[in-house]
Amino acid sequence: MKPHVLLATLLMASPALAQTPVLTVYTYDSFVSDWGPGPAIKEAFEAECGCTLNFVGAGDGAALLGRLRLEGTRSPADIVLGLDTGLIAAARETGLFMAHTIEADLDLPVEWTDPLFLPFDWGYFAFVGNRGAEHPTNFRELAASDLGIVIQDPRSSTPGLGLLMWIKSVYGDEAAGIWEGLADNIVTVTPGWSEAYGLFLEGEADLVLSYTTSPAYHLIAEDDDSKVALPFTEGHYMQIEVAGILAASEQPELADQFMRFMISDGFQNVIPTTNWMYPVAMPEAGLPDGFSTLIQPETAILAPIEQADALRDLALDEWLRVLSR
Amino acid sequence: MLTLEALDIRQGAFRLTADFSLEEGAVVAMIGPSGAGKSTLFNVIAGFFPPVAGRVMWHGRDITALPPAKRPVAMLFQDNNLFPHLTVAQNVGLGIRPDLRLTPQDRASVDQALARVGLQGLDARKPAALSGGQQGRVALARVLVQRKPLILLDEPFAALGPALKMEMLDLVAELAAETGATLLMVSHDPSDARRIAPLTVLVAEGQAFAPMPTLQLLDAPPPSLAAYLGT
Amino acid sequence: MAARSVPLSRLSGHWSGWAAALLVSAFVLLPLLAVLWFAGGGSRPGPADWAALRFTVLQATLSAVFSVLLAVPVARALARRRFIGRGVLITVMGAPFILPVIVAVLGLLAVFGRSGIVNQALVWAGLPPFQIYGLHGVVLAHVFFNLPLATRLFLQGWQGIPAERFRLAASLGFTPLDVFRQLELPMLRNTLPGAAMVIFAICLSSFAVALTLGGGPRATTVELAIYQAFRFDFDLGRAAVLAMIQMALVTLAALLVLRLGRMESFGRGMDRPVRRWDAESWPLRCLDTAVIFAAALFILLPLGAVVWRGLPGVMDLPVQVWRAAWVSTVMALASTLVAVALALALAHLALHHRRIEAVGLLGIAASPFVIGTGLFLLINPFSDPVRWAFVVTALVNALAALPFALRVLIPGLRDVIRDFGPLADSLGLTGFARLRWLVLPRLRRPLGFAAGLTAALSMGDLGVIALFADPERATLPLQILRLMGAYRMETAAGAGLLLLMLSLSLFWLFDQGGRRDVDA
Repeated sequence: MKPHVLLATLLMASPALAQTPVLTVYTYDSFVSDWGPGPAIKEAFEAECGCTLNFVGAGDGAALLGRLRLEGTRSPADIVLGLDTGLIAAARETGLFMAHTIEADLDLPVEWTDPLFLPFDWGYFAFVGNRGAEHPTNFRELAASDLGIVIQDPRSSTPGLGLLMWIKSVYGDEAAGIWEGLADNIVTVTPGWSEAYGLFLEGEADLVLSYTTSPAYHLIAEDDDSKVALPFTEGHYMQIEVAGILAASEQPELADQFMRFMISDGFQNVIPTTNWMYPVAMPEAGLPDGFSTLIQPETAILAPIEQADALRDLALDEWLRVLSR
Repeated sequence: MLTLEALDIRQGAFRLTADFSLEEGAVVAMIGPSGAGKSTLFNVIAGFFPPVAGRVMWHGRDITALPPAKRPVAMLFQDNNLFPHLTVAQNVGLGIRPDLRLTPQDRASVDQALARVGLQGLDARKPAALSGGQQGRVALARVLVQRKPLILLDEPFAALGPALKMEMLDLVAELAAETGATLLMVSHDPSDARRIAPLTVLVAEGQAFAPMPTLQLLDAPPPSLAAYLGT
Repeated sequence: MAARSVPLSRLSGHWSGWAAALLVSAFVLLPLLAVLWFAGGGSRPGPADWAALRFTVLQATLSAVFSVLLAVPVARALARRRFIGRGVLITVMGAPFILPVIVAVLGLLAVFGRSGIVNQALVWAGLPPFQIYGLHGVVLAHVFFNLPLATRLFLQGWQGIPAERFRLAASLGFTPLDVFRQLELPMLRNTLPGAAMVIFAICLSSFAVALTLGGGPRATTVELAIYQAFRFDFDLGRAAVLAMIQMALVTLAALLVLRLGRMESFGRGMDRPVRRWDAESWPLRCLDTAVIFAAALFILLPLGAVVWRGLPGVMDLPVQVWRAAWVSTVMALASTLVAVALALALAHLALHHRRIEAVGLLGIAASPFVIGTGLFLLINPFSDPVRWAFVVTALVNALAALPFALRVLIPGLRDVIRDFGPLADSLGLTGFARLRWLVLPRLRRPLGFAAGLTAALSMGDLGVIALFADPERATLPLQILRLMGAYRMETAAGAGLLLLMLSLSLFWLFDQGGRRDVDA
C-alpha cells in the first residue's frame, strides 16, 4: 500500500450509510473494546432497529461527562451510556438530558425512580483476595490487620471514589478515623482499576478494591476458584451504571427504542460475562453458573443522589488530609 | 580586477585595513606574521565575514554584500576542503552544481578536470582512500570546474611535505595560467612566494599593504617582515 | 589569525527553523488559550495543588539528578570497553524508555516489589524486606526509565572526543584522573546539564508512575491535579493555570541550563579508532566491568520480567492486538518523520539562537490533558475529532520526542557546520541540496539514533488523548490497557511483550541504519 493511501485510510472515519438512520451512543472505552459488551450489543440492536448503532468510546464515565460539557448542545450524541450514580447529579445539572419514557420494574437492590437516567447494570464494590487467606469482615478489622491492600485514587477512578463513599456513608464523622486505621494497610494507590488489579495478581497486596463479581471472571473464563470477594458486615456500596437521552438528539424515537432494548435480553444477556456486572433485568436464561457462587451482600449502600456531591467533596478532603500525612 | 576599497575590518580588539587592487591574472602571495589577519582578509574577500567599512569590488562591481557562493571566488581552506562522505567525482561535481544534478556534459567536465590533475580512474573513491597529495588534487579539480576568476588559497597544502607542496603549487600556478584566473595565496614560506608569485601582499601591523614585487620585498624586508622571516 | 566566523549568508534565511518553532508553539499554546477561553479565564489553584507542585518539582529534580549521576560511570565504562554483546546491550538498554508505564511498572515490581526477586533474596538472607512504595520508589522507576537515555547521550559525548586527544593524553602520561579532568569533565559540562534538563522535563509530567509507586496522595503530581481539575471538578480554568505553571517551570529550567551549558567542541579528529591507554590497568577494568554488570542487571532484570510474564500470552494473541500493533507501527513511523523534520529545522536555528531549544521542550512540558482538551475545543466546531485522531496523536507523539531528538542532533549538527559550513557556503550548497549532500549524510548516526528513539517512544505512547480516541484504530498500548481492564492480564502481558519487541526492532533498525556504511 502506498503511504498516502494508507494515511487516507487511517484518517477516514467509518463512513455511515446515508439511508439508514444513525444512533450515536457515547460510552466509556472499555464498553466498546473488543472484550467489552459493545460489539455484541451493536450487532443485536442493529438486527432489530434497521439503523446503524455508532458507539463512541471516550475514557471513563467522568471523562464522558467532561466531553459532553465541552460539546454542550452541539454534541452529536443521542445517548450517553455509562455514567454512574456518582455522576448523575452533575449530569443532571448540565440540563442536556431529557426524560425517557421507559417504565420498567428493574431488578435492583434499591428503588429507582430517576426520570432522566435508566440503569443498565449494577454491582457491589468489595475487597477481593485469595481463598484461604485471612479475611476481615469489616473495615475496623481490616484496619487492625496486617493485610496489605491496593486501592484506586478517588480523583481518577470510579472504584476509588466508590470506596470513599462507602466508608463515608457507613461511618460519617468517624470516616477519618477509619482511613487513619487503614493508612498502614494501603500498599499503594493507583490511578485506575487495571493497575490495582494487576498489582494484586502480581502478589503486591493481599487484597484489592474491586467488585463482588470479580471472582466470577476467574471462575468462568479461567476455571480458577482461588479468588474470593470479602463480605463486609457494614454492607457494600453499590455502583449503578445508567444511560440517558440527550435533549438535543435528532433521533428521539430511535433513542427510546435503544433504551427499551437496553433492558431487554439482547443487551442484558451480554452484561454478566463482558462487563462482569449484574443485569438490571434478569435474562430468561438467568445468570451464568459462576455467579451463583458469589457473595450476596445483605445491605446495599448508596448515597442519595442529591447529597452525593456534597458528601464526596467532604470525604475527599478527609481522605487527602489523612493519607497525605 | 579585484579592488579592496578602504576596507576596515574589526573583530573585537583586532583591526585590519586594506586599500589596493590586483590586476586580473595576477599571481599574488600574502605573507605576514601569525595573527596579522591574513585569513580574516580572505574571509572578507570570500564573503564569510563582513567589514565594518569599505568595499570589495570585482571589475568595478561592488560584491561586499554578496553571499560566498555568488562571488567570483573559489576558495580552498586550511582543511576540510572535501566532504568525506562523498566520492571524488561528487566532490568535484559540487563545483558545477551544488545539487549534483549533473548532465552528461557536466560529468565529462568532471572527468576532464580529474584527468588534468592526474586522477583519472579514481572518481569513485572516497577521500579517506586517497593520499594527502591526491586529496589536494581533488580540491584543485573542483576549483577548475568552478570556473571562478579569483582563486583564494588559505594554505591548503601546509600539511604536505615540501616536495609535494611545491608540486601542488606548480599545478595551481599552471591551472591559473591556463584559465587566466587571478590567484591569491596565503603563505608562511617565503620560498613558496618566490617560486610562483611575482607579487606579494604584506599583512602586518593592522594593515594589508599594496602588492610589491616579491623578490624586492623578500630581499630587503621592512622591519616587521624581517622579524617574521628571522633575517 | 582571527577565527572563522559567521558567514553573511547564514544571518538570514532560517525560515524553516522559525516555521518549526512557530508550529510547535502554536500547537501547544493555541489549545491552552482555547481552554482558558472556554473556562472564561483562569482560576486559582488550591493548597492541594501547591502541595502537588512541590512534590512534582522534588521528584523530578531527584529523578534527573540520580539519572545523570548514575549514567556517568555507566557511559564511561561503555565508552572505554569493547566486549561481545556491547552493541546489543546498548540497544536493549533503550527499552525501559519505550514501554507503556504499566507494563514497565509491573516489570519493576517483579524485581523490587513485595514478592519480587530482591525481597525474596532479602528474606532468604534473613534481612528485613525492601519497601518500594514512596518517593524513593518513584525516583527508582524514573531512573530505570531515564538512566539508559542519559547513558546514550553521554556515550555520544564520549564518542565526540577524538581519538587523537586520548593519544595525546597517553603521550603526556595522563593518569585516568587527568583524563577525566582535562577531557571528560569538559565534555560532561557540555552534555550533563542538557541531559538533566530533558529528564527533569519528562519526569515533571509523570503521573501514573508517581502515583502508583508513590504509595498514595502524598505523591500527587501536577499532572494528576490537572486531571482532577478536569474530570472531577470540571474546573478548566484551574487545569489551564496548572498547565501554565508546569510549562513555566520547564521553560525556566531550560533557560537556566542553556545559559549554564557551553557549546564548546573538541575539534575534529581523523576518526581513528579510540584506544584508551589511560584505562588499561586492571583495577579500572574491574571497576568498569562491575559498573556495566550492575547497570545491565538493573535494566535487564525488570525487562526480563516483562518478557517472562509475556511469554505465556504472546503465543495466541487475538487479532485485535495484531491490528493495534500495525496501527501503532504506522503511527510511530509518521511521528518519527514529523519529529525528525522538526528537530532538524529547530537544530539549525538553535545553533544561532540557543534558547530556541526551550521551544522544543514545550511538547513535554505541556499537559496532554490540557492540550487534548484545547485541540478538541478548536477542532470540534468544524470537524469530527475522530477524523483527526491520527494526525493529532502523531503530532503529539512527535512533540513529546522532540526534546530528545534535539539533544541528540544539535551537537552533531554544530560540528558538521563548523567543519564543512564554509566549504558548503563557498560552493553555494543551500536548501535541499545542502540537506541532501551535507547534513543528512554527515548526521547519519545521530539522525538514526534520534529517529529510533522517536519511533520507539511513539510506539510505547498510550497514543490516545481520550477525547480523540478512535475505537476502530486503537493503538497497542491502549489495547493493553483495555485487556487489563477486561481482566485479561495474561494476554495483556503478551501484548506488552509484543510491544517491547516491536519498539526495540524499530529502534534497532533506525539506529543501525545510521551506523551502516559510515566510512568517513
